[in-house]
Amino acid sequence: MSGRRRAARTLEGIMTLRVLAAMSGGVDSAVAAARAAEAGHDVTGVHMALSSNPKSYRTGARGCCTLEDSRDARRAADVIGIPFYVWDLAERFHEDVVEDFVSEYAAGRTPNPCLRCNEKIKFAALLDRAMALGFDAVCTGHYARLAGGVLRRAVDQGKDQSYVLAVCTPEQLAHSLFPLGDTTKADIRLEAERRGLRVADKPDSHDICFIADGDTRGFLAERLGSARGPIVDTDGNEVGEHDGAYAYTIGQRKGLRLGTPAPDGRPRYVLDISPVTNTVTVGPREALDVREITGERPVWLSEPRAGAFECRVQLRAHGEVHAATAEQDGDVLRVRLAAPARGVAPGQAAVLYEGDRVLASATIAAAARVPA
Amino acid sequence: MVTYLDHAATTPMLPEAVEAMTAELRELGNPSSLHAVGRRARRVVEESREIIAEAFDARPSEVVFTSGGTEADNLAVKGVFWARRAAAPARTRVLVSAVEHHAVLDAAHWLAGQEGARVDWIPVDGAGRVRPEALREALGSGDDVALASVMWANNEVGTVQPVPELAAVARERGVPLHTDAVQAAGTLPVAFATSGAQALTVTGHKLGGPIGVGALLLAKPKEPVFLDPVPLLHGGGQERDVRSGTLDAPAIAGFAAAVQVTAARRDSEARRLAELRDRLVEAVRAAVPDAILNGDPVDRLPGNAHFSFPGCEGDALLMLLDARGIACSTGSACSAGVSQPSHVLTAMGSAADLARGSLRFTLGHTSTEADVKALADALPAAVERARRASS
Repeated sequence: MSGRRRAARTLEGIMTLRVLAAMSGGVDSAVAAARAAEAGHDVTGVHMALSSNPKSYRTGARGCCTLEDSRDARRAADVIGIPFYVWDLAERFHEDVVEDFVSEYAAGRTPNPCLRCNEKIKFAALLDRAMALGFDAVCTGHYARLAGGVLRRAVDQGKDQSYVLAVCTPEQLAHSLFPLGDTTKADIRLEAERRGLRVADKPDSHDICFIADGDTRGFLAERLGSARGPIVDTDGNEVGEHDGAYAYTIGQRKGLRLGTPAPDGRPRYVLDISPVTNTVTVGPREALDVREITGERPVWLSEPRAGAFECRVQLRAHGEVHAATAEQDGDVLRVRLAAPARGVAPGQAAVLYEGDRVLASATIAAAARVPA
Repeated sequence: MVTYLDHAATTPMLPEAVEAMTAELRELGNPSSLHAVGRRARRVVEESREIIAEAFDARPSEVVFTSGGTEADNLAVKGVFWARRAAAPARTRVLVSAVEHHAVLDAAHWLAGQEGARVDWIPVDGAGRVRPEALREALGSGDDVALASVMWANNEVGTVQPVPELAAVARERGVPLHTDAVQAAGTLPVAFATSGAQALTVTGHKLGGPIGVGALLLAKPKEPVFLDPVPLLHGGGQERDVRSGTLDAPAIAGFAAAVQVTAARRDSEARRLAELRDRLVEAVRAAVPDAILNGDPVDRLPGNAHFSFPGCEGDALLMLLDARGIACSTGSACSAGVSQPSHVLTAMGSAADLARGSLRFTLGHTSTEADVKALADALPAAVERARRASS
């Protein structure tokens, strides 16, 4: 960052931006920062410390924010030749992501913490602080294409992260750079190696970064305690017991430990979670079929459309896309699927696409099942 | 052009030290070898030892070379604890001031966790000073105390401790005092013999010598109060069996050269730095009227100015100043680079948010008026911006 350069109001057409590159210590954000610097931007690397008590080392592919990640990010910044700092966002992360995660589960929903982190931390707390400190934009290693305010899927369909970015507002995206959207992950690894970034062969991170051992149920049980309740079938017959309704996800089949087999002997799935009555309802797979979805807090990344329109909708990260008709109805987005979809969980995002372009997103509030 | 205002972190090596060290790097010899080659290296080490002893009013035999301040502090705290407890098992208490460097604090904390020591913190006043009464109270009868450790001058806020008075109080109770004089040794008249301390830490790189060499000045054992520390490092028995390891003749030569130059011009340099520091304090106050100077306003290290900037985060300020080519420090400990509110400011009664909004500016032998001016020019915009970022 140089004090002589004037802050730009919009990113379009500005050759040199003051860019804050969020650097996790992984290969993607390192290459993203390198590309931004190479493009002539004035780049500063920042590693977000999201845990107030970081572990020293990574364990496998899980988790992040260890001291080792912080060191990896610092080394990458050295190699790129940009200043580097660690910003402590642990408190905000805990409040906005970890606590939200727990309370969403407690309310019977299935949150996506990565999405929440983008919405509340990377493109909110981090971006706000960056803007206040004189930066023009935040750059991340997300796989998505962004140009002229239009957010598109990445070229690498398998790595595409437009779904978790679709919750960002146009204002947030106006100050964002995603330099990796036009390249495949395999090529990014090669590029990292070519650039001398030692993180080139670091494993991809998976799962939820703040649950290092991957035991989401145990993590929730620790925080929510156990609350024994009934598991019932669609007729209301008690078929089992649970230690806390929060530990279940709509569409879940494994780990139900049902005492009474289904009359037809077929596997049963979680259909509904009612935190009020602390009841988990299970039933046959077809009962998961959903035709209509109501999405709350819609965010439009294209001109909002009046009336019903055809689109494709994605209902979970790396999930399949469904043909649908959508319509904004007051404060909510109503989405009608052309064919029933299964495992639609309140709390996840419904992201509307036209081809590879993101049109809008909304948080799934309710899903209407197909009448049996 | 970098404006370097972080001399308390490390200060440039003096040309004389570079010269002495590089000359010795070209030479051969293990100072412990018995042949002529070894004797030549030994001579360099012993002459260096004499120079350092003289500069700090110690005897050459009292100088134990270490790898630096951290090792010397650890050797003093752990080693003296082990030795004194072995001599009298009731001595399980360690007294350390609440504003010590982590090399002392964490060594004491380790003793508590691993060795069953009881660590008692000696409180400080609002300026960060340990009052002799506070030490007296913490000592009690002194019978159960292994050692007390109070630094000569604080690395963050620069407050100078009344070491001779504190040593006298400890002596009344038959307790040895260790003092970490790492920050003080370059600019204050640190005199081991008259200080009354039984162990004193100095290091090379804070006074123009190389990084990686330091010394623990250790009084001759004198039962029952003072015993040689139990070593941290066992091996060849160098340094009166207290610190094994091949003596690093080049680093020791560089260290001694820096000590010699520094001692010769200590008083005039201290005056120059204090004047420059006072101008820096004025400039900061003019630029940011509500900035708070931490530490003792008078009795402080000549090169130290430490401020809290209300409504700012120190991290943000540091970054903004860094971008303008100004190097300073938040002065607090880091884990994964995340700064915690300073334990020094917290012990002085500073609120956590104020402690978080603090910066340390430290001057040294290469500092000039231009450094102060550069800071004064850059500071107002940086503070304004940092305030916006944390609001």
